[in-house]
Amino acid sequence: MKPEQSDVVWLDAHCEYSFAEIVRCSGLKEAELRELVDYGVLSPRDPRGAEWTFGGDVVATIQAARRLHEDLGLDPQALALALTLIGRIHDLEAELRRLRAELPRRSA
Amino acid sequence: MKYKDYYQILGVERDADIDAIKKAYRRLAHKYHPDVSKDPAGEEKFKEIADAYQTLKDPEKRAAYDQLGRHQPGQEFQPPPDWGKRFGETGPSFDDVDLADLFAGLAGGRRQAGRHGGSFQMPGQDYEVTAHISLDDACRGTTVDLDLTVPEYDQHGRPHRVQRAFKARIPKGATDGQRLRLRGKGGKGMGGAPDGDLYLNIALHPHALYRVSGHDLYLDLPLTPWEAALGAVVEVPTPSGSVHLKVPPGTHAGQKLRLARRGMPKPGSGEGDLYAIAQIVVPTVLSERERALFKELADGSTFNPRGHFQQEIKA
Repeated sequence: MKPEQSDVVWLDAHCEYSFAEIVRCSGLKEAELRELVDYGVLSPRDPRGAEWTFGGDVVATIQAARRLHEDLGLDPQALALALTLIGRIHDLEAELRRLRAELPRRSA
Repeated sequence: MKYKDYYQILGVERDADIDAIKKAYRRLAHKYHPDVSKDPAGEEKFKEIADAYQTLKDPEKRAAYDQLGRHQPGQEFQPPPDWGKRFGETGPSFDDVDLADLFAGLAGGRRQAGRHGGSFQMPGQDYEVTAHISLDDACRGTTVDLDLTVPEYDQHGRPHRVQRAFKARIPKGATDGQRLRLRGKGGKGMGGAPDGDLYLNIALHPHALYRVSGHDLYLDLPLTPWEAALGAVVEVPTPSGSVHLKVPPGTHAGQKLRLARRGMPKPGSGEGDLYAIAQIVVPTVLSERERALFKELADGSTFNPRGHFQQEIKA
């Protein structure tokens, strides 16, 4: 089997997702996604713009939203709470990783 | 096809009602859901639980599952001869079929048939895989080979497993936990709907010297007591080549010495920093001469690092 060559893009704040792409990724209805924006879980680049666009860094959140919605049946309000808490856990884990990286590997 | 005991997976009796099944699923899902659980085996376990629930919550699928009979989990088996006809599954063979795909396919087949083919649209699934790469590869950029086995459905909604192989070029700038998107390399869309994407999660192998935090690196810097006290210039390895680091006099254990822009390259431009963490190391075996010199230092020095203990000790 010949492998398919593929170009990759970094999924960070620099890459852009349209609202339609985010809706597809999330598996949610447009109105439900707008609710998540209202709750402050997702931030469009220009909230007052006619067409919302998002940075690629929201995709991990959107994919978690999809899993939690499909697997556990969470509604947008419960999703917003779960995603906020998961976000806090990720921040704390990153802080823990940084502090662990500062600890010497072997004692002097 | 390998048998899976969906009732056993959910921990319910075979005659359990839908409420009991739902309750058992929720209890297990809260424990093993990959966004909630940190158990490394949780994802695989959750997939089994979800597959079991998807089948048992639907009366039609549950009836079809019950008709497969009872077998030992993991045992190879074939559905009864007329099973396919009765449940709308007309595939020629069940050999390469995963039980979960088969039941997902039952829904797919019905859905398609109900819409007379053609007009039914479903976007392709997004896939997610983890690429384990070395820190050196992350700094230089690398190409990874990805082999995926994914379910696909034919035009009748029948499932089959396909092998997909990709070569993905990871540009320099990757670090632990970063993600890449391969547009259109996920599952095929149906009825003209767009194909899904493939998401690549980067995981770095642990490095013998450096510890990673974002694009910053941390390195233990062992120093002799006299280097720490007097200061020194020491050679330190960095991913972009070794550098001479000035250790200031009076450096203490745990002190962070920053080497700006000597960490890992960031996507596009820029680099993280490298932090050398000072450690004071004493020789475990002393020569006669070293012992004499340390003794002389001990006798001649008035330095007392425990002065602040005195008040507590007196009280």
